[in-house]
Formats: sequence, C-alpha cells, structure tokens
Amino acid sequence: MANVTELHVNGGRRRVEAEATRSLLSVLRDDLDLTGSKYGCGEGRCGACTVLLDGRAVRSCVTPVGNCEGKKVTTIEGLARDGKLHPLQQAFLDAGAMQCGYCTPGMILSGVALLGKNPNPTTKDICESMQGNVCRCGTYTRIIAAVHKAAGALKGGER
Amino acid sequence: MSRPESSPLAPRVENGFESSPLAPRVDPDSRSESATLFEPERYELYEEPRYHFDLDRRDFFKLAGGGLVVCLLLDAEAPAQRFGGGNRPRELGAWLHVDEKGQVSVYTGKAEVGQNIRTSLSQVVAEELKLPVSAVQMVMADTDRVPYDMGTFGSRTTPDMAAQLRRAAAAARELLLDLAAEQAKVERGTLTVADGQVTHPPSKRSFTFGELTKGKKLTRAVGAAEKVAPPGQWKVAGTSVPKVEAEAIVTGKHRYASDVRRPGMLHGKVLRPETLNATLASVNVKAAEAMPGVTVVHDGEFVGVAAPSVHQAEQALAAIKAEWKSAPMVSGKELFDHLKKNRGAGGRGGFGGRGGGTNQGSMEKGLAAADHKVQAEYTIAYIAHAPLEPRAAVAEWEGGKLTVWVGTQGPFRVRGDLARTFSIPPERVRVIVPDTGSAYGGKHTVEAAVEAARLAKAAGKPVKVVWTRAEEFTWAYFRPAGVIEVTAGVTKDGLLTAWEFHNVNSGGSAIRTPYEVPNQRVAFHPSRSPLRQGSYRALAATANTFARETVMDDLAHAVKADPLEFRLKNLKDRRLRAVLEAAAKQFGWGRAKPAARHGFGIACGTEKGSYVAACAEVRVDGPTGQVQVVRLATAFECGAVLNPDHLKNQVEGAAMMGLGGALFEEVQFDKGKILNAAFARYRVPRFGDVPELETVLLDRKDLPSAGAGETPIIAVAPAVGNAIFQAAGVRLRSLPMAPHGVKA
Repeated sequence: MANVTELHVNGGRRRVEAEATRSLLSVLRDDLDLTGSKYGCGEGRCGACTVLLDGRAVRSCVTPVGNCEGKKVTTIEGLARDGKLHPLQQAFLDAGAMQCGYCTPGMILSGVALLGKNPNPTTKDICESMQGNVCRCGTYTRIIAAVHKAAGALKGGER
Repeated sequence: MSRPESSPLAPRVENGFESSPLAPRVDPDSRSESATLFEPERYELYEEPRYHFDLDRRDFFKLAGGGLVVCLLLDAEAPAQRFGGGNRPRELGAWLHVDEKGQVSVYTGKAEVGQNIRTSLSQVVAEELKLPVSAVQMVMADTDRVPYDMGTFGSRTTPDMAAQLRRAAAAARELLLDLAAEQAKVERGTLTVADGQVTHPPSKRSFTFGELTKGKKLTRAVGAAEKVAPPGQWKVAGTSVPKVEAEAIVTGKHRYASDVRRPGMLHGKVLRPETLNATLASVNVKAAEAMPGVTVVHDGEFVGVAAPSVHQAEQALAAIKAEWKSAPMVSGKELFDHLKKNRGAGGRGGFGGRGGGTNQGSMEKGLAAADHKVQAEYTIAYIAHAPLEPRAAVAEWEGGKLTVWVGTQGPFRVRGDLARTFSIPPERVRVIVPDTGSAYGGKHTVEAAVEAARLAKAAGKPVKVVWTRAEEFTWAYFRPAGVIEVTAGVTKDGLLTAWEFHNVNSGGSAIRTPYEVPNQRVAFHPSRSPLRQGSYRALAATANTFARETVMDDLAHAVKADPLEFRLKNLKDRRLRAVLEAAAKQFGWGRAKPAARHGFGIACGTEKGSYVAACAEVRVDGPTGQVQVVRLATAFECGAVLNPDHLKNQVEGAAMMGLGGALFEEVQFDKGKILNAAFARYRVPRFGDVPELETVLLDRKDLPSAGAGETPIIAVAPAVGNAIFQAAGVRLRSLPMAPHGVKA
C-alpha cells in the first residue's frame, strides 16, 4: 500500500509521510506533534485516543491512517473556534468534569460526536454512547452533567 | 526490572528485599521514628534524602533572581518530606519567592496527579498574601528547583504542605509590610494588604509587591510558629476555586510526560520476559542491530531498543530472539492458601507496634460473655491501579547530566533510582514531573525512567519510553491480595464483647476497630506475595474496613438490630458518629423499605485523620444475578475543607473507583502470566456502572485539614456488600464480590 502523504487535520492540510497501516493516533502524536489525543490502551477500549473523522467519533489507536485520506480529522486542538472554546469544552470547565484530565480530550470528542447525532440526549443516551470511554478517576457524573449543559448551550444557539 | 541483582540497570531496593525479587518490602526498623506516624507503606520509605538545599540564600537567588525569599524549615511534624532521624540539620520544606516584579512563586516537591493540589496549595498561599489564585505560580516536582520531598502519598499534602505554605505566605506578607513601613516611613500597623498591594489608607499611597522587593535580596526562614488566618476567616481557601490548569486540559495543550518531545528524540521499547519470574537464558540481537537507525542495548537482564519511530522500535524488538528460564510460580487459584501458609514470613507485624494491631483484655472471657458469635474468613484479590496514562518517561543526557521527564508521585525517589542505577551523584540527575495522568498510589516507581535513560545513554539522543497497557497491567505493581480472619462476639443486647482480627499480607491500615470492644486481638501478618505489590489508594484500609463492616452487619442481624443503631450503640468516636448519621440522613436510612431484589447497606470507617460513611442501594437482577448499584450516599469529614467542589470530586471519584474493587476488578494469573492484562479483559467502572451519587461534606472549620484523596474509598465495598445481603440473602466475603453476578 502506498504511503499516506497528506491529512486534512483541524481545517488545514498537513503533509505527512506515513505507512498506511500505521495508526492515526501515532501519526497525529509522533509526526504532527498533536499530543492532545492520548494513548490509553491501543485496542480501542478506553476512548482516550478518540478523534472525529468526518464528524464521527473514532478510536484513532485502531484506525489505520490509510483510512483517513480525504476525510476531515478533528482533534481536541482543533475544537475551539477563533479562540472561543466549544460549548462542551466550556461545560467541562464549568462542571469541573476532570481530575487528572488524561481522558478529557477523548471524552470531549466523544461527547461532541454524540451531540452532533443527538442534540438532546438523556442521561441513559450519554451513558450508552460513552460506555467505551474510561475515566479512571471516576468523574463520570460530572461528565454527564457537562454534556447536558453543552446540549442546552448548543440549543440556545451557541456555535 | 525484575532482576535487580544481576543488572546494573535495575534500581536496587535497599533494606529488606524479600526472597521473591518481585516483591520488594520495607524493613520497618529502617525507618525513622517520625515515620512511625504512618502505617506500613511498602515502597516509599526506604530512601535517604540524597541532598538537601542548604540555607545559603545565594543558591536560591542565583536560581530565581532577586526579591524576597521565605524558606520553610521543617520540624518533626512533617515526616512525609524528610527521613533519616533527628541528627540532621533542619531541612527545607518549600520556598516561597516574591521576585522583583512582584510575581509570587512557590517551590514544592509535591506532584499533581489529579488530586488538584496545584489548586489547593495556590489557594492557601493566595489567602495569606491577599492575592487572586491566578497570581500564584506553583513550581512543583522539579528536583533541580524544589527542596527535597519524600513523595506525594499518604494523604500528607494537605496536612503538611498546605499548612507549611500557609505559614510561608503569612511570613512573606509580614515582610512586605515591614518593607512598606520602611519605604513609606509610616507606622506598620496603619498598612493594609490586598490585591497584590500594600496600602497606607491615611495617605492613599500604595505599593505593589514588585515596588517593595525591587533591588532587594532578602531571606527569612520560618518554622512552626508563624501565625496564619484561622479557617473561619478564610476568603480564598475554603472556596470552590476552579482547577487552575483546567483550560490547558480541555484544549489538549497540557503536556503530560508521555507528550514531551525533545529534538532528535527516539522511541524506546524493552524486551519483557515471557513470564513474571523468567530470567534471560540467551539472546540474539543481531537482526535488530542490522536495522537502520536502530540502537540495541543488551546489558545484563536488560534488552531494549531505540528507533526513530515507535513502529520501527516495535519491529526491532520483534526481531530479537530470546530464550528464557522460568521457575514454577504460585497461581491465582493457589493464592490464598499460599498466603496463609507463609503467614508471618519475611517481615514484621503482629500485635501492637508497627503492624498497627492491638492486644487487650481476654478473648476467652470476651467470647464467654457473648450470646452470639461470628467467625468468618475474607479474601482480597490483587487489583491494578490502571492509571489511564501508563508509565512514561523521556530521558536526555547532556554533558554527563541526565534529565528525565516522568509521570510519578515520587520525583526524588525516581532521581535516587536513576542515580544509583547509573552510579552518578544525584546532583547530576534532574527529574521533572509534568502534571501526571493519575497514579492512585501506583506510580511510586516508574521503571520507564530508568529504561529511557539507559537507551538514551546508548543512543546518544533523547529517548521516550511509554509503557503499553499490557506492560502497565503486567510489570507495574498491584494492590496487595490478602486473607482476613475475624472472630467476634456480641451480647443479646447488642454490645460487642470480643473482637479478633487477623490480616494476612494485605496490610495494617485501619486494622483497628473504631468500635468499643473490651477484649481485642488485632494483628497484621506479612506473607510472601507471588506478585509484585505496593501502595494503592487507601492501602489496606479498604480490605480491613470491608471485613470489619461486614462482620458488624452479621452481628447486627444476629441480635436483630438495625445496622445503623447497632453501630452507634458500640461507637463513641464523635466524628465517626457524625458521618454515619449524616450519610443515613441523606440516604433516608430506615424510612423506605426497598423494592423486591433491592437492598440497602451501610458502612463507615476512619483512616489518615478523616472519616467516611456510606449508604448503598443495590438491585440484584433475577436470573443473571448481576449487581447494579442504584444509589450511593457518602458523608465525609476531613476537618476544615480547603476546596469544597474539589473535595466533592474526590469523594465521587473514590466512590466510582471503589465500586470496581468491590464488585469486579481482579488481577488473574497463572503459570507466571497475567491473564487479563487489557481493558478488554480487566473490567474497570464505566458510565454504565454510575449510580446516583449523593455526597455530604461536613466542614469542620475548628479542626485541622486532613487529606482526602484516599479515605472516601474505604466504605464503598462493605456498604454495597451489606446491601447485596439484604437484596439477595447472600453474604459475600471476597473482594471482588460479584465479578460474574450473585448466585443465590
């Protein structure tokens, strides 16, 4: 398979030189120095590496970079617009929805993808949709509160 | 690093290395008297401080520039930061610096691992210096810039470091007032401090901190006597200040150790033995060495590679052919018999003294006076910390000096490990700890630091080593497994008469019962652990509280008493009574009858100076026996609260983490291999496990602040187990209680 030479990341085109079988996570972190996406397990079971691929949440640790050509990749670094945080980023701050923060970027991107599909999620919807994201510090109730808060803000016309 | 004797690479653990090389232990006698305030920790107390800052202020000014410096002298009250007995000169706990521009910086060896101490320590400094929290810069856990600190563990940051920084900041404020009085030539008592300025209201003149410190090189050493604001007067401390680095986290800007990148940096991988106790028989690295850009190191038992990318490093590692020698090893199935058979081996424990036990009255008399007796055995599984950021380090050698960025709770311990491993003075090692992706007691040792440094030395370039999840689940250390035996007696009126409690291997934390019992024998018995074991959030307090509070439930049922009333009847400790009553009130204990297949349970405990009680409601599903915790109400008290929202966050997080160990977390092993070294096979609490969490904080402004990261976890398992008993009529005496549901 040919190498991947260009990725569409956070609204810009980035030149890379990566074997197509490499994980999107390793290309983002090691080649593009976008370290907001985290390694947690390497098997798609913790969600720390979650990014958006054409708006859909994917586990970048098990996504070959060859599958990402021509698609829009959004990482945590690309979520704020014109210096203004995404309503879910702001909601994480307002709800104090973190301790060590290592799961936070993946949590936020999973939440953004959920809100894209379901603008008015119930707590059950959130729990089911984000079951694959681990917060080992156990701040789940705060993350649920943050997603609800962001849903309200988005409905109120933010963004 | 499983072969310390044969490899120059492995950190040696001095004083009391057990016969199993996988299970390092601390010899309690090697610890200073001041350290006896702690129950036996396994990993963090063995190391002498390698150096400490002397009091020559020129050193510090060279480092930080002019201005005003307050250094906080340690005294006997602060064992968590010092070590080595009373024959040393007094040591420094922390520096506080007001530079010539008025910037306030605090230098402390404590590490931020998600417990939000960067925020709470900023708050106490801001309080005394009358500053906004954002004006305080915290320099933490950088061994070249901060005074020696033994490590961030044991819930000591709040009682020790926060108390010290309050005094340092108060002294700095008084010095600034002196300077202002001198400059303005006014009576000191007419000056006020607010918003980073000293003001003389009669003349309406004011001085910024920078104007006062400009051109000065002033130092002051303060000890325990400095006066600080009482909690009742706090305006910044005691409030829910948001996490100071939160915005860097939600934008992905914060760089954890695993995110650090250095010019020319390579990525390292280490060859792991095929079983936990295997040693290298032979190795062939030729194919790996032939790969372009790859550095291979074979040094004793250590075999590792460094390459320009992780992928190349993985390929090089896969090209290495090794043969291993394994010895037979105890399996998970044999574990508890093995621990009991080796009861008392390899360490100290016993009644009283450092094992934390006691021996009072007569068990024979106590049992003779009892109308009901309960005798039961409990087992506690090994569990994994599973911090979401695995062990990670970046190492760089420059001019004979080693710098390592690493996620750890013990920067000076890691520095000592590196210095010993490479036979260099500690002064030539700098350890920098970026705020870390959690630890929970699991990052006292960070072997990735030594591995990265060895590879970087060979490659002549910086090297990053990030452990895989499988490595973290296999080669880190675990919460100790254990067996607990309890015999108890009670009169028909519900008064405890006899209490015998033996903990084999898991530890002595919270081993004494807080209830009033005239006849007691309580002892911790060390054993031989087949797996490497060490600190875990709240240590054995979770195991001991689980066993004790379950027996208390049995005894209450035996005398047909309400479990809450039975506890209160046998309990004098007012602080523990207060949390029990608060949790019961929040939960509505005793009012509602649970629905079919639902049950209520209550438990309480105290450890490390704080107090917790929990009430749980569970549902046990019919055919599958799956347990769902529906509701968990926790009441917690740790003296004067420094940050209510962050404290609530800790209590909620401990509740969630506690559910894992209570119900389903367990490290499985056989034939020297960990069988579930992946999140797909080791279940941790997830969104679907979240109960309705209710948290009550009792803020005791009249009491000193105690740490709060650990104790909230200890009442979770027994509260849930007692609720399962009510729901399903099954008494569960093993942690985890229901990895495959409850069988009635």
